[in-house]
Formats: sequence, C-alpha cells, structure tokens
Amino acid sequence: MRRRDFLKTAGIAAGASVLPFLRYLPAHAASREGTLVVVTGDGINSLDLHRKGTNRPSYQVTVNIYDRLVRFGVKTLPDGSLSYDSTKIEPEVAESWSISEDGMSLTFKISPKAKFWDGTQITAEDVKWSFDRAVSLGGFPGVQMKAGSMSDPSQFVAVDAMTFRIDLPHASKLALPDLAVPVPFIINSKVAKEHATEADPWATEYLHQTPAGSGPFKLTRWDPGQQFLYERNDAWELGPKPALERVIVREVPSAATRRALLEKGDADFYMDVPPKDAKELMEGGKLKVSGAPIDNCLHVLGLNVNFAPFDNKLVRQAIAYAVPYAEILQASAYGRGKPMFGGAEAEPSTAEWPQPFPYATDLEKAKSLLTEAGFPDGFETTLSYNLGLADWQEPTALLIQEALGKIGISVTLDKIPGANWRTAALVEKRLPMHLENFGGWLNYPDYYFFWAYQDGHLFNSSNYRNDEIEALVVETLHMDVADPKYDDNVKRMIAIAFDEVPRIPLYQPYLDAAMQPSVDGYVAWFHRQLGLLGISKVQA
Amino acid sequence: MRTKLAQVGRRLLQAVPSVIGIIVISFALTRALPGDPAVYFAGAMADEKSIAEVRVALGLDRSWIEQFFIYVGNLFSGNLGVSLNTGRPVLTELMTRLPASLELTFTGLGIAILIAVPLGVLAAVRPGSWIDHMCRVLVTAGVSLPTFFTGLFLIYLFYYLLGLAPSPLGRLDILFFPPEHVTGFYTLDSLIAGDGETFVAALKQIVLPALTLGLFALAPIARMTRAAMLNALASDFVRTARANGLSSATVLGTYAFRNAALPVLTTLGMVFSFLLGANVLVEKVFSWPGIGSFAIEALIASDYAAVQGFVLSMALLFVLVNLAIDTLLTLIDPRIGLDG
Repeated sequence: MRRRDFLKTAGIAAGASVLPFLRYLPAHAASREGTLVVVTGDGINSLDLHRKGTNRPSYQVTVNIYDRLVRFGVKTLPDGSLSYDSTKIEPEVAESWSISEDGMSLTFKISPKAKFWDGTQITAEDVKWSFDRAVSLGGFPGVQMKAGSMSDPSQFVAVDAMTFRIDLPHASKLALPDLAVPVPFIINSKVAKEHATEADPWATEYLHQTPAGSGPFKLTRWDPGQQFLYERNDAWELGPKPALERVIVREVPSAATRRALLEKGDADFYMDVPPKDAKELMEGGKLKVSGAPIDNCLHVLGLNVNFAPFDNKLVRQAIAYAVPYAEILQASAYGRGKPMFGGAEAEPSTAEWPQPFPYATDLEKAKSLLTEAGFPDGFETTLSYNLGLADWQEPTALLIQEALGKIGISVTLDKIPGANWRTAALVEKRLPMHLENFGGWLNYPDYYFFWAYQDGHLFNSSNYRNDEIEALVVETLHMDVADPKYDDNVKRMIAIAFDEVPRIPLYQPYLDAAMQPSVDGYVAWFHRQLGLLGISKVQA
Repeated sequence: MRTKLAQVGRRLLQAVPSVIGIIVISFALTRALPGDPAVYFAGAMADEKSIAEVRVALGLDRSWIEQFFIYVGNLFSGNLGVSLNTGRPVLTELMTRLPASLELTFTGLGIAILIAVPLGVLAAVRPGSWIDHMCRVLVTAGVSLPTFFTGLFLIYLFYYLLGLAPSPLGRLDILFFPPEHVTGFYTLDSLIAGDGETFVAALKQIVLPALTLGLFALAPIARMTRAAMLNALASDFVRTARANGLSSATVLGTYAFRNAALPVLTTLGMVFSFLLGANVLVEKVFSWPGIGSFAIEALIASDYAAVQGFVLSMALLFVLVNLAIDTLLTLIDPRIGLDG
C-alpha cells in the first residue's frame, strides 16, 4: 500500500496549500492568475523516467521536476513563436564547465545555489549516482546515454563535492547536448539510497511514485488515469523564477472534449494539438496557437530495398516523383508542416537539415522513370501504416495510393495496430512500403543519418545500405561542427539521400500547442513535452 | 426456502468451473495477442540488448507453463501482478476503476429503467397511441445513435452551448478531493461522509455520461417491457381478472406487470453486461477513469497482467450478476426452479 501512503502525504501537502481558497473557485480555476490548467490526451504512468515501461508522456514530469547539469537555450522564431535552441547550451546545476584539450573529458563545477527540495546541496556524488543509474538500468535511458558516448559508470567521476567529471572514450560533439536531454536528470541520492533494497539497488520502486529532485516544480499529487498537480518550488534559483504557482494537468482522452474545454475557457493549455484542430483554432482567432517545426524530424514514405522492385533506384525515384506532396501537406497536415519537396538543387549547397529534396509531383517523369526501370505497366505492392498515428498516416496513405494508381502501381493498404508497429517496421523491417516519422533528439544531420540511413540501425526501416554513408556517418558522428570536413561530409550524405531516396520525405511536422491568449512564453521543445519554466499567465 | 437455498448453492458451485476456465483462457489468449510487450516497454529507441533485459525483468523469458503456474500461484495469494502500463498493482487499479465504471453503469441503468419501464407499460396499454409512437422513436434512436455521438452531442449542447453542465472531466472536479473510500461510489461515499458539496459536484459530473448510457440502454428494456406487457395483457389470467371486475390498477400492477417483470429482469441482466462493455466509449468522451479505458490501453500495450486481471474481474462480475438475477427470479416467481 505504498501508493496509498504516497497519496496521503501528497494529498496533505496539496490540501494544505491548495484547498482553502480553491474551494471557493470551483470550475473556474482556469481564470485564476498563476494557475495553469492543462489538458492532455495521454496519461503518465511513472514519475521516474529511468524505470522500465515509463511512457513518453511521463517525460514531462522529469523535465519539470528535476534539474540537469545543463539545459538548452530558447530562441524566437521569425513568426514570434519560441523554440528551444539546439546550438545554445546554458548552465543549470553546473555553473560552469570546461572541456579538456583532447575533448575527452568534461569537468563541471556544481553551483552552490543548486539545492534539492529538502534543502541539501546537490553534490557530485548525487550527479554520479544519477548518471550511474541512467546507464545501469538499461532500456531507453541507456541507449540515449550511449548516443552521448556514455555507457559505463566508471566514466563518471566525483572529483570532489562540487566537481564532477565525465571521461569519454573519444571526443564527441554529442556528449554535451546529450546532458541537456531529459534522461540525465539529477536525483537526491541520499533520499533514494534510503529506499533502495538488495533487489532494487536503484530505488526504482520508490522513485516511481515519490520524486526526489531539485527542479523548479514539485509534483504534489498524482491520481493515475486522471490528473496530476505541480506546485512551484519557491527555493529554486537556477534560472528565472517560474511565473506559474500551480499547474493542473488533466487527462482527457477525447480530442473533441479537449478542444471544447479549451474553447470554453475551462482549460488554459492544450498540448500536442492535432493539425486539423490547430488550423481551425488558429483561424477561429479566439485562442493562441503556437508551434514550431520539430527539429530533425521528418514524416517519410519508406521504400524497403529488401523487396523488389524497391531495390531499383529508378523505381524509388519514380515514386518520389509521383507522391502528391502538396495535397498531403494540405489534407493530412492541414498546412502545419514544412514542405520537403521541390528543392532546386540536386546537390545540396548547404549542410542544413532537413532541406527540401529535389523532387516534385510530376507524373510524366514518374512514368518514364518507371518505364526505364522495366515496369511500364507498374506493379502491385502494399503500403503499411501505423493505426496509432492514423490522424496523419491514414489520409496520407490514401493520397499516395491514389497517386501511384495513376502511374500503374496498384497499392493495397495495410493497417498495423500501434502495439505491433515497432516490431514490424523497425525491428523486423518487413514492410515493403510504409510511413515513418523518426525525429532525433540531438539536432545534427549526421545523428539523423546514424539512426535512419545506417545499415541495421533501428529507424532504418528501409534496410538501406550504402558503403559511402556507412563510412561518412562513422567519421562524422562525433566530429565537431567547426571541423572543416564536417560540412562537406554532411552535404555528401544528403546528396546520396537525394539521389537514392530509400526514404521519401513528405514534410517536416509541426508541434502545435493551443492556449488561452493570457498564456505566454510557451516553448516548443525537442522532447515534445510541455516545459513549464518560461510560461506565464496574465489576465488581460 | 431450503430448496431455494440449495438451488442458490448449486448455482454458485456451477460458477466454479467457469471461473477456472476463464483463468486458463484469459492467460492463453493474452499470450496469443500479437505484439511483444518486452519490445513495447523497452521504448522506441531500445536496442536488442535492452529489449532482452526488459524481457528478463518481466519474466517473459520463461516458458508459458512456468509463467502460468507463477500466475495462478500469485492469484491465490491475491496478487494480480503489476500493470506495466500504469506501473501500479492490477488489484489497486481494478479497485479504483471498477467502482467508477459500476457507479456510471448503475446510474445509467437506473435512468434507463425509470424511463423505459413506464414507457413500455404505457405503450403496451395503449398500442398505437402517441405514447406508443414516442416509445418507438426513442427505441429506434437509442439503438441507432452510437454512444460516443450521443455523448459528444450532449456535451456540445449542455456544456458548450448552454453552460449548464460542468466540464466533462471525469468523476469530480479537481478542486474536490474524493470522499473517504467506503463503497467507491463517489455519490454514496460523499453522502456517507455527510459532505453535501462533494455530493452535488459528483452528481453533476455523472449526469451527462449516465444519461448517454441510459439512452443507449433504454431501447432493449422499453421494447422488452412493451412486448412482455402486451403478452401478459392478452393472457387468460388477465382476462379472468378483468372479467371478475378487478380495478384496472390491480390488473395492471399485480397481475400483468408482475408476470411481465420476469423477462424484463432477464433482459436487465443482459443489458447490464453489455453496458459495462459499451462504457468504454462513454468513458473516453467524458474522461471517466473507468475500467473500460484501462482495459483498452492495456490491450494496446499487450499488458498481460492488466488484461488478465480485467477479464477475470469482468467474468466474476458476470457470474455474480447472473447469479443475482437468477436468485431474484426464483424469489419473485415460484414457477422458476431447478426442481420444477
């Protein structure tokens, strides 16, 4: 009955500070300054990201209640929306850091202002324990740490109480940004160790329901399947003080209900709005919609080269010329996507990624390429898509089916339930033609190529292999962006991707959030979760 | 009375093999589900090694037989396992979610009975009248309107346009704390705790979803009541009663309705069962933290323990409901009995 104890203490904590005056403001708490009511479609299932089985929505909790050594900065986009800035890394728990000459060790000075909720100082021991935990528990956290070349506890050294060092097997530009992703969060190791047991040395059972952190918000109540409640940590000093005092996050499974709540003013904030609603709310004019293209993420049509005739480059190019890009952008993304077609250059002149591919809808050209490939009458194939992402994949698949029909390729649609998708598409890689949506947390083109174009890697659902790409990715992945060879290497990778098109990009999706006009400061993050730090709510 | 007790006892015993069967079947069926929970829970970025680690942690590397005996052993000690999806013990989940679904279902069923039974009786008493037509329209509408549509429509009308209903956000506004757990039904618990404010709040939340369910359940009950009443009214004993000059109230109430109640009661048992299933969509639309949405999410994630726990609790519930209905029928009607 651990849960009950948790709820009891949490309930008392929340009750003491919330209840007296909130009781007098039923239903319209949303109108209260300093209290943000958020509606979301997916519930959280743990307060500990490192635990096995923790779902993606739960990352939000980690982002808001824990601190990391460093964090990404924020930039303003041309349209006024805010987005994280992958090029700017700011101090958080670490007040400063230095990188050794050879780039193989990173030394962090811990800020004396970094205090856990219980008032104790964050020490290098805490950081080490938390990082050891991230690489030892396995699963996704381990994989993400590995992307930053961190996989072994012996790499993490507590030099003294306030100095922490990471030793890398090789210099890598990915190491520092990888410390700003949600995974390497810092846990109060003294509290956690008290609750660790022989069978559970990393206190996963305890931290699953009882966070022990230092972040700008505390989680004071969690009713699984219904709601959770954040309250501001007034003692937090690692950045500008959060404007919100209290955040209520309610799970509302029906998208129509979420929208009604927002339009009615009973909710302030709606995260991850489907493109259709985003467009309509934007046109409605009463609410604010803020969104940014998701960095390093593409919605693509994958062609699996293990299946004939997709092993033929001409066939792949023919399909790239047949895809109705503009219609897809209108009908399935409702314009909430950045076009990735109609690029002017067959050879990229910049290393910018993603950038438009040199294909546009041209059925004549598609037909002649298909004839040249030896399929003047087309062929039959199946197009698979993920039912869990049906809101954009279904209309997209239908449009592609119709367009390919025009050049003689008859397509059967194959719907795959969300739970089976990963096994079929990514692990077994057995789908001839499919829709895919990989996005990399670390915003480097070579990082995208590492996951999506390198042979055998998870998101390479096309089974693509190109020896030059293999060599280029290995050479470039850890290379500094200032390296003179970096740009050329990336441009070469992109040129190969242009020419070979095992993945045909459809568009770069947006991450949209809708909110009341009184809500300000929303930032679109690479982890696609709601970061509460800069958000404020002021009544007009 | 003794024979009746014996009958009830025998009915109870009959339930035992079904429960054993259900345990075996639910175990086998969840294993037969497509999808690999280890892959699912390892997360999108996991590699082979971390998937294997998750598999071992979940005990899925053992043989089915071994897994089955571990499962049954746990069952006997009251341990239904931990839901991977929500990270909480399945028993806790069921204990908090089942009352939510039951409260909704009972309220919905109550509304349906209150409307459908008098409607069916009146329609049978005056066939062809406007009330009979109204009954027909309601029945057709109830059957043909999908529950999620009715739900959304009611939200649109009463919440969005008129502003009469509170926001469709589950069982209680977040500003209220759930009442002390006694029955798990918020309305009853708040009354027991003597907290009028919470009672009103809980009642307000349940009206729309219960109405949605009620509209759906209304059709079979009204139709059955009408048909059974027509049957009873046309029977010899009613004619005899009328011929003997009994008042029409006595004829309708005591003779016709008491007999018509039997098939209606049987129908109620069935309606209750499928309402628990139909709950899923209503729960989604009204963010109701019930057992239906829990089961759907568990199925999607191949969350074995949760699915098994759900199937088992549902099966037990059905057995109980059937048992209750059978007992009730025996008590109402002396003609019903196993010994004839």
